[in-house]
Amino acid sequence: MTSSPTARAVAPVSLRATGATRRRLLVQSVFKSLFGLAALFTILVTVLIVVSLVVPSVEFFREVSLARFFSTEAWAPLFNPPRFGVWSIVSGTAWITVIAMVVAIPLGLGVAMYLSEYAPPRVRSVVKPVLEILAGIPTVVLGFFALFFVNPLLVQRFWPFGTVSTFSGLAAGLVVGVMIVPTVASLAEDAMKAVPRGLREGAYALGSTRREVTTAVVFPAALSGIVASIVLAGSRAIGETTIVLLAAGSRPTLTWNPGDQMQSMASFIGFAGIGDQPTGSIGYLTIFAVGLFLFVITLGLNVLSIRIVRRFREVYE
Amino acid sequence: MSEMERDEVATDQVLEEPRARPQAVRQPRASRTSSADDANPTVFDVQNLGVLYGDFRAVENTSFQVREKEITALIGPSGCGKSTVLRCFNRMNDLIPSARVEGSVSYHGIDLYGSDVDAVEVRRRIGMVFQKPNPFPKSIYDNIAFGPRIAGWKGDLDGLVEESLTKAALWDEVKDKLDESALALSGGQQQRLCIARAIATSPDVVLMDEPCSALDPIATLRIEELMLGLREEYTIVIVTHNMQQAARVSDRTAFFSVDIGDGGQRTGRLVEFDRTDKMFTTPSEPDTEAYITGRFG
Amino acid sequence: MTSTTVEGAPARTIDLSSSTSVSRRLADVGFLLFLWLSLALALGTLVVLLTDVFTEGRPRLTWELISNMPSARPARAGIQSAIFGSLWVVGITAAISLPLGIGAAIYLEEFADPERWSNRLIELNVQNLASVPSVVYGILGLAFIARGPLGLGFTVITAALILVLVVLPTVVIASREALRAVPTSLREGSLALGATEWQTVQRQVLPAAIPGIATGSILSTSRALGESAPLLLTGALTFVTFNPGGLDSAYTVLPIQIFRWVSEARLEFRPLAAAASVVLLVVLLGMNATAILVRNRFEKKL
Repeated sequence: MTSSPTARAVAPVSLRATGATRRRLLVQSVFKSLFGLAALFTILVTVLIVVSLVVPSVEFFREVSLARFFSTEAWAPLFNPPRFGVWSIVSGTAWITVIAMVVAIPLGLGVAMYLSEYAPPRVRSVVKPVLEILAGIPTVVLGFFALFFVNPLLVQRFWPFGTVSTFSGLAAGLVVGVMIVPTVASLAEDAMKAVPRGLREGAYALGSTRREVTTAVVFPAALSGIVASIVLAGSRAIGETTIVLLAAGSRPTLTWNPGDQMQSMASFIGFAGIGDQPTGSIGYLTIFAVGLFLFVITLGLNVLSIRIVRRFREVYE
Repeated sequence: MSEMERDEVATDQVLEEPRARPQAVRQPRASRTSSADDANPTVFDVQNLGVLYGDFRAVENTSFQVREKEITALIGPSGCGKSTVLRCFNRMNDLIPSARVEGSVSYHGIDLYGSDVDAVEVRRRIGMVFQKPNPFPKSIYDNIAFGPRIAGWKGDLDGLVEESLTKAALWDEVKDKLDESALALSGGQQQRLCIARAIATSPDVVLMDEPCSALDPIATLRIEELMLGLREEYTIVIVTHNMQQAARVSDRTAFFSVDIGDGGQRTGRLVEFDRTDKMFTTPSEPDTEAYITGRFG
Repeated sequence: MTSTTVEGAPARTIDLSSSTSVSRRLADVGFLLFLWLSLALALGTLVVLLTDVFTEGRPRLTWELISNMPSARPARAGIQSAIFGSLWVVGITAAISLPLGIGAAIYLEEFADPERWSNRLIELNVQNLASVPSVVYGILGLAFIARGPLGLGFTVITAALILVLVVLPTVVIASREALRAVPTSLREGSLALGATEWQTVQRQVLPAAIPGIATGSILSTSRALGESAPLLLTGALTFVTFNPGGLDSAYTVLPIQIFRWVSEARLEFRPLAAAASVVLLVVLLGMNATAILVRNRFEKKL
């Protein structure tokens, strides 16, 4: 009989870790600590973000009162004399986001419903990778497209309300919308695919058409996930910088006409950042104040989307 | 001969001559007579064992003993905590964060849940085979060699692999394909592989959690034969929901039942513990008799 | 149509041809058209975009594009410094973010108690970080890394550190999913044989999760390659006509070089921007295709 890895014939005197086992456990605790530090680092990142936004903002608001920030003053913090009324860039952000959502919601949901309920496997295997490609297009290239194609060939040509210059919020908004279609489509499709087959089969068995099953059974059942996907996509649209910076111009305009140039909060940050503001100057501090504002909004939306899924997730059992 | 054909031959022989010639499995025919002997030393002594998962009490106040080189079966309806009790023996319940153990389980006189007991050491000495065969996605050889290798064993690995596979009645079927993936084996072969893997670390106890419930009847029979053979060397504790299996292979049986508390909580408790031949002919408790005669469960 | 008559009972007819009303069927067709239209618009836009970029860039898709440095003269401009800058920055980003992210994922999946509030907090935190706009990371970089306490200036290492923060949440999330996909029975089998948790991870879980982790790593690195916003704030927009010489070197990256040319007033830079975009897209497409290939090829059925 070959010698055995444990002394089986003799009853063990104790079950304490022996030499070899001790070594293994020691190695384990070393790795465990290393990995734990890595996990802890992610908390550090959030702390850094908050600190890097809050500290300069506090300084900013010492010089510029909150009342002034939210007043009807124009937005020109980098000019002389500087103006700090934030509504112009909030309005720009709102325009871009609304236009993007108007594009992305129908397109994204349409694609999602098609993929989830209608598409034969062959079509699916083509469409899904294409969507992934679309999701991977860098924002610079999208900005190029918005500025040199969408604006001249679509907006300038077809927009009926006033003349459109080289830059327009509409062009930027449309392309931002296209950018987030894959987000809406894939998250909404996941939500719809999670609806159990039994629900669909019950509806079909009652003589429903595929459209009725999709719109009256699957869509409502997946609603929480669908809404969450839209909220998340909206948050991405609000935070988009490069496309807006390239295609919507750098002139903060408070306007009802999306064909005008405009500046969003995110594109202002990009614009000011490029300009290499001297550290500590009021222009420099403005970046952080607007950044804090932006961060709070997107954080709120992200938390909201998680909450929506948790609260209203249909219990299928 | 394919495995199916060999299984059929084996079955024929079992059905015709239950206690005669050796089977196609090249193991000496194991004795079906009970090994239960009160002179056998105690391996596990369970005293007032209770197990809770958070607020949920899975098992309450259980006491019994497992003796050396016997097969002890834990039987009962589903949800009665028999798997939970089994997993106390090799500290696998530790994997569930909310699990808490009351009372004591001692192994050769040592409290398994004592403060200086290391779970890894425990699992080196007490092996386990699971309900659904779980071979690693590696070669057959590497599956068997895994346990010794991680323990840092430096001996003759080839010999150990052959010995383990022979004891598990699998050697002849796989000796020419040790480098092939274990996942290519049939369900019954995979389970025998898992048994070989468990005994490769030379444990003195092998725990089996419903080892045959995922297998077809013929594979089940082969594993039962295997168990009886292994009894010569190892102490075996088996959880099974199949009463006839317990009657066939075990020396002692612990019958668990489930109490349904208010709120629908199902708590398991030990009803009766006795030698199998006695329990299945003249059970002491009315609940035991009801279960065995099929009136419930 | 079949009619069945029973003695004395009134005649019944069974009609199994469609009985849905016209309006219902019209709605069905209309809905399907809407779905097809969405698909066509989404995919069509992609096609139009790619065609536009490729057509505009074709005249400048020459070897000179890659071998030339940026220049004030469009005829002589190229992307060499941007390519090398990207290689440096993204390479360092990967070298830091992958071990960090995979390590954090291993801790969260294999060692941490999922019930404890501290671990739930970390999980929630990572989810939030993944949805923070990338420009905010640029702000962090501006305040802490380029200027402020680390004061590393507008250098390669600054850019890499910022991008690490941008892609880290994605690496963690993707790696966690890959680890989660490994069945518990594998871990149980290993532990029951007396392996430590780390041995189980090292010898069973990680090997099984490698394809998923590799896919996630390639995808997050490709994202770092295409990022522009955070680097706008940290000096990538300076006119750089040399390849990076070290971690403390000034730099530019391909997306930023494209940005620069797009925002140029002079028309001659337009084809350059398009051509550089083609190069960037080809590289990114190659990386994404590799990631998908890895995922499909090596996904073992456990």
